[in-house]
Amino acid sequence: MEQVQLLGMWLSPYSYRVIWALQLKGIAYEYIEEDLSNKSPLLLQCNPVHKKIPVLIHSGKPICESSVILEYIEEIWPQNSLLPCDPYERAIARFWIKFADDKGPIVWKICGTRGEERQKVIEESLEMLKTIEEHGLGDKKFFGGDKISMVDIAFGGLAYWPGVIEKVLGRNLLEAHKFPRLHAWTKNFKEVPEIKENLPDFGRLLKRQT
Amino acid sequence: MGEVNIVKLHGIGANPYSKRVEPALRIKGIPYEFIEEDLSNKSQLLLKSNPVYKKIPVLVHNEQPVVDSLIILEYIDETWKNAPQLLPDDPLERAKVRFWTSFIQQQLFEAMTRVVTCDGEIQAKAIDEVQGKMKVLEEGMKEVFPGSGSPSIDGDNLGLLDIMICSTFSPYKAYEEALGVKILDPERNPLVFCWVKALNELPLVKELYPPHDKLVALLKVVRENALRVSSST
Repeated sequence: MEQVQLLGMWLSPYSYRVIWALQLKGIAYEYIEEDLSNKSPLLLQCNPVHKKIPVLIHSGKPICESSVILEYIEEIWPQNSLLPCDPYERAIARFWIKFADDKGPIVWKICGTRGEERQKVIEESLEMLKTIEEHGLGDKKFFGGDKISMVDIAFGGLAYWPGVIEKVLGRNLLEAHKFPRLHAWTKNFKEVPEIKENLPDFGRLLKRQT
Repeated sequence: MGEVNIVKLHGIGANPYSKRVEPALRIKGIPYEFIEEDLSNKSQLLLKSNPVYKKIPVLVHNEQPVVDSLIILEYIDETWKNAPQLLPDDPLERAKVRFWTSFIQQQLFEAMTRVVTCDGEIQAKAIDEVQGKMKVLEEGMKEVFPGSGSPSIDGDNLGLLDIMICSTFSPYKAYEEALGVKILDPERNPLVFCWVKALNELPLVKELYPPHDKLVALLKVVRENALRVSSST
């Protein structure tokens, strides 16, 4: 019997990417919560280069970096596929996954900044969200069409973090009339049973930011 | 077969990102047209193909644009399944290649860009960073190529890691001359050094890269422009 372990952390949307992929494919795994202020010998041994989560350990072999892990999961367990078959469609999917990796993190910086810097970060975040709204989503249910895919998983943090940020800021960030597609996507994404059952607790997230 | 395959690559001759795509097209025997872009006057085709970033390279295959050099390489591998394969078959080996490709791009390449475009303390810090990351890369590659001293290079069978190493380090001598900075040291980084030397001997690499003097001049221009911009902001 293959052994699958996931070293993760509840605050990290990258950790949740891997959880969602495993859940969507029906893969049994052992989840190990890491204390990042006191990293385990296992984490340091499995990811000596970056010492970061998530790390997937499959039959004793570690795979690091969430985007690399997602591609690995897709190749090892092809059921309920998370990438299209066509190479061009796959290239488009990978483009948006990379966009989520490169540009997505600006949103997490909002709560940690103040004053002028915070305003700058908010503006950059809105630009990033506008790009997704105008170029990424279209009028489909999910990024890739009618079915949830790796791109939705890569952007999954956007389905719950803006709500937390808005509570901290005391104002709307992702206004429905300005971002109708993102709003619709958030609802569709969170309704997928494997996602709905695997989201971090809102109250706990909010407490961490305040 | 009998399919029509019209392939155009929008790039810039000396640009390292463009230099990742051309070797892949050539070793797979894919005929293509190279379209030199002027970044101060981007073509309509480039702006239409890459509206999000407006950057090169862009591969246009039968009028469908693919952007980002690493995504283009995976697209090439999946579309033209003839040898050589850029990525190995085994999923764990593929994960290792993707991990180290990402490391070279995000940790090394970006620090090297700061070495070229910055001065003073920022440059000094970037140089330290590059040297530290080179050590990590050297150790990592020992695991990817266990046993002998260095990977064996076959000009007809280059893989994604060969292409990344080549596009990042091939002009190491030019960096040394233009900047007075040693990025690749045969004593500190013996495996990567031997690897790059072997790659630089390949006719394909000699053909694709401008001669040393031109590269030195180019690096100096890039540096001058970058320093001028940063001192005027």
